[in-house]
Amino acid sequence: MGAAPAEVQQPATSQHAALDAPWVTVVWNDPVNLMNYVTYVFQKVFGYPKAKAEKLMLDVHHKGKAVVSSGTREAMERDAETLHGYGLWATVSHDS
Amino acid sequence: MTWDPLGEESGGSRGEHTEPGLAASFRPVPGGAAAFFEQPQAGVIRSLVSQVAELISADAETGEEGAEAGNLEAELGLSSHAEPPDDPVLARLLPDAYSGDPEAAAEFRRYTEETLRSGKVASAQVVLASLPPAGGEVRLSEPECQQWLRALNDVRLALSVRLGITDEDDDLTESLAVDDPRSAYLWVYQWLAYLQDSILDALT
Repeated sequence: MGAAPAEVQQPATSQHAALDAPWVTVVWNDPVNLMNYVTYVFQKVFGYPKAKAEKLMLDVHHKGKAVVSSGTREAMERDAETLHGYGLWATVSHDS
Repeated sequence: MTWDPLGEESGGSRGEHTEPGLAASFRPVPGGAAAFFEQPQAGVIRSLVSQVAELISADAETGEEGAEAGNLEAELGLSSHAEPPDDPVLARLLPDAYSGDPEAAAEFRRYTEETLRSGKVASAQVVLASLPPAGGEVRLSEPECQQWLRALNDVRLALSVRLGITDEDDDLTESLAVDDPRSAYLWVYQWLAYLQDSILDALT
């Protein structure tokens, strides 16, 4: 997942939406947020199953960052705002 | 901003380590979590949560030069802030959403910062409303647990900036001198992590 920007760059042919929505939300590692808190936030905010939320949390922890969602710019900005509300450090970027 | 978690309000004294006691942690109860807080423990949390909320809301007021334009902006829910805050604590609590693109970051901040600030203040208010200054039994619903998690997290983020915690593997408990005033804050920082953890355990 750490290399996700490169993956999103080549949209899956089955997912036409990816062509129109090459924006991503990235969560960055920090020394404060507890690992189980980050997992909890990913489940809460994105509705991800625990296994997926944990994998993303571990990517953030070990790789320094992870792409946690992708979609339209507006949707990614909403995600970043929500994550800031939980105290996570999230940024929006255009995957080009 | 002064950090005085073990000062007058909390009833602690500076000379000795008045550790609030690890006993204060949440346990699962039907529909949420519950914990018992001694008065000093309640005082520490209330003091820190209030200070963070004050910092977040004080700086949100529009400056004099922007007072007139500020009214309309306020009505529209827009922030007059376009720059990241100077205070490193605020900068961590209200981070940029675009790295390497100051223009997009400023635009995002203008449209979202007021909502973000008021959300954080609301979480702090939930903690203050549910935790009596004299301490006692605190029983939280699940939504209240979420607000506590956010508010405690904001306090820990703020403390981490003041303590200079930049690496999770750094053990400040070993590097700080016994008489370093930061050691009291470090203890609180770790205790709040323990509290947060106990809420998460209760919820899952």
